[in-house]
Amino acid sequence: MTTRNLQLDDKGRLRHFLTVEGLTRPILTEILDTAESFAGVGAQAVKKVPLLRGKTITNLFFEASTRTRTTFELAAKRLSADVLNINISTSATSKGESMLDMLRNLEAMHCDMFVVRHASSGAAHFIAHHVAPHISVVNAGDGCHAHPTQAMLDMFTIRRHKGEFHKLRIAIVGDILHSRVARSQIHALSLLGAHEIRVIGPKTLIPRDVSTFGVHVFHDMRAGLADVDVVMMLRVQKERMQGAFLPSEHEYYQLYGLTEDKLSCARPDAIVMHPGPINRGVEIDSRVADGPRSVILEQVTNGIAVRMAIMAMVLGRGASDDGETRRSGERA
Amino acid sequence: MKRIHIRGARVIDPANQIDQLGDVWIADGRIAGVLHAPAGFAADQIIDATALVVCPGLVDLRARPREPGHEHKGTIASECAAAVAGGVTTLCCPPDTDPVIDNPAVADLIHHRAGLAGKARVVTLGALTQGLKGSQLSEMHALKQAGCVGVSNALKAITDTQVMRRAMEYAASLDLTVFLHSEDPWLGGGVMHESPVSARLGLTGIPETAETIAVGRDLLLIQQTGVRAHFGNLSTTRAVQMVARVQYDGLPISADVTAHHLHLTDMDVADFNANCHVRPPLRSARDRAGLLTGLTRGTLAAICSDHQPHDADAKLAPFAETEPGISSLEILLPLSLRAGQEAGMKLIDLITRLTYGPAKILGINAGTLNIGVPADVCIYDPHAFWTVNEAVLVSQGRNTPFSGWELQGRVRYALVGGRMVFQN
Repeated sequence: MTTRNLQLDDKGRLRHFLTVEGLTRPILTEILDTAESFAGVGAQAVKKVPLLRGKTITNLFFEASTRTRTTFELAAKRLSADVLNINISTSATSKGESMLDMLRNLEAMHCDMFVVRHASSGAAHFIAHHVAPHISVVNAGDGCHAHPTQAMLDMFTIRRHKGEFHKLRIAIVGDILHSRVARSQIHALSLLGAHEIRVIGPKTLIPRDVSTFGVHVFHDMRAGLADVDVVMMLRVQKERMQGAFLPSEHEYYQLYGLTEDKLSCARPDAIVMHPGPINRGVEIDSRVADGPRSVILEQVTNGIAVRMAIMAMVLGRGASDDGETRRSGERA
Repeated sequence: MKRIHIRGARVIDPANQIDQLGDVWIADGRIAGVLHAPAGFAADQIIDATALVVCPGLVDLRARPREPGHEHKGTIASECAAAVAGGVTTLCCPPDTDPVIDNPAVADLIHHRAGLAGKARVVTLGALTQGLKGSQLSEMHALKQAGCVGVSNALKAITDTQVMRRAMEYAASLDLTVFLHSEDPWLGGGVMHESPVSARLGLTGIPETAETIAVGRDLLLIQQTGVRAHFGNLSTTRAVQMVARVQYDGLPISADVTAHHLHLTDMDVADFNANCHVRPPLRSARDRAGLLTGLTRGTLAAICSDHQPHDADAKLAPFAETEPGISSLEILLPLSLRAGQEAGMKLIDLITRLTYGPAKILGINAGTLNIGVPADVCIYDPHAFWTVNEAVLVSQGRNTPFSGWELQGRVRYALVGGRMVFQN
């Protein structure tokens, strides 16, 4: 097996963005700093910068998504790239064979970047391994494995509110086992030097070996929330009531639903985050979700700037890399 | 038929405790002499085996030629050619062909095609239940008459313990060995070993208990029914220990391990290497160590290839959507030699696990150089280094995680019934 980092080019710059794992703190910081410079673009009268003019970005969504796809689309458009949205419903053939065929066809149309969401862990890696060398892949969520742009927009939001990471105690609450968001958040928080990362949930929803990620495990929510600076909630899928993960939404809410009462265990200035979409009354009380400590809608806004930063870094490395020799006028 | 004189070899015949320099003589397709020349032998062909090892042809407890049913992955002709290129002269085909080997016609077909291919011998296991569905017993007597050497439900679990008990009782009355793949179907629903690696990759894990619980259940039923049974493909240290304990108590059970479980661990799956998708999954480094110990002590009496050739598309997908299995017939011998070296085993003991050991489990007259037995012989160069290259495998399946590995030990000749079926 190749030991080379698939995500980086010869000069150590981002070539694909598949997972936070294996990246370095300077790269993450660069993403956050670049995003900061894009954060004002949305407030301008003309919400565009010409960085990726002439580039074609394809949103390849094998799994339904509104928020993530829309913010990726907006991010690409604000960078002046051309955007193609392809939604492949899960009921259609999603076999590797046809997936590769589809990739070949899109390559033949001279796309520069694939933004991929897929229900199988490792799908983005698989595509990155098989695309033509001039194409970059950005992971928009693969199975239970990774959702690195979500994690980066969460880091961006935390940094804006809390400044440095090394003082922060952060709790991630809910279905860690099935959450690609949680995995990416944990890697990002570790890399950025968070003081303490906690995961809170019942044993059925926490991977047995999660402590190898360097996190502390709590099954009691109040104990887990004590003195934390950031509460990151996760969505609980209705399917978890089947398969014996949870008895009922009601009991889950009793134990792990974020209420004002439970939130009072956290620090008084603690912020509340959620990657959306929210199940009100299942994992979070509306009063908390819409309350003064919630930064949930800010996360959505920040998602655009962070995705712009990542696309710009991945595609804006200059024309000399990876044998990229096609003239930009070719597709114009 | 040619009279062959193999000269100057290191002759290893575990069944007769032979490991010394000498010659082997073959006449009329049978072993005519080992170390001591038969009187008046006039050779038609002399094979100079100086610095080579001569041993019985390898017996592989589990290899899937994919025919009938999956000829796009492999055929009896292509995979039997791969077998002899790896020194395997007898392979045992599990019943999960399509159609299933649950009636004599399918068994006859496989035996017939193997005969036409004229390379390795193929023996078959009959289905334990009809269609491997786990509810109705198959006609085991008819399958035995058709030449099936044992019965098995292949990878399909028999969840109904009453059916399992009766299947064992019925097989025991017919003196058939039951070949088990013990895996709890509910705990075994994942795609890789449950470990820090599966947690990291977000792949559904298969815990150790998927194996130990099923082995525990089956051991108790074996005890109750008195059937002769074999555990295929143990992957965990604890299951090996459970089997060892019951063997010590004198129960007629045996077990095997695959060559790849002796080398690879869950760590090799990272980053989503679909060629490491196997069933049971590659386990932890501690399990690998436990398997090597079980091999050394003889709890694991056989190493098999568990050969599963695939078409390219079967592995071209995100990890969980790929089909499990490795194309491994051609590297069984060098991988086993390397494992034996690592475990500090004597060469003769290691060769036992590839020849006489599995032959005894199958109850067939093979895996020895006894005078008068059909001359199934493997001649290999123990000093030759070579690099695995999936592009030049004889097998139709190119799916191997060992591509690029430098291995020691290369088959030079393979004989089946005194006929030269491979030469390199």
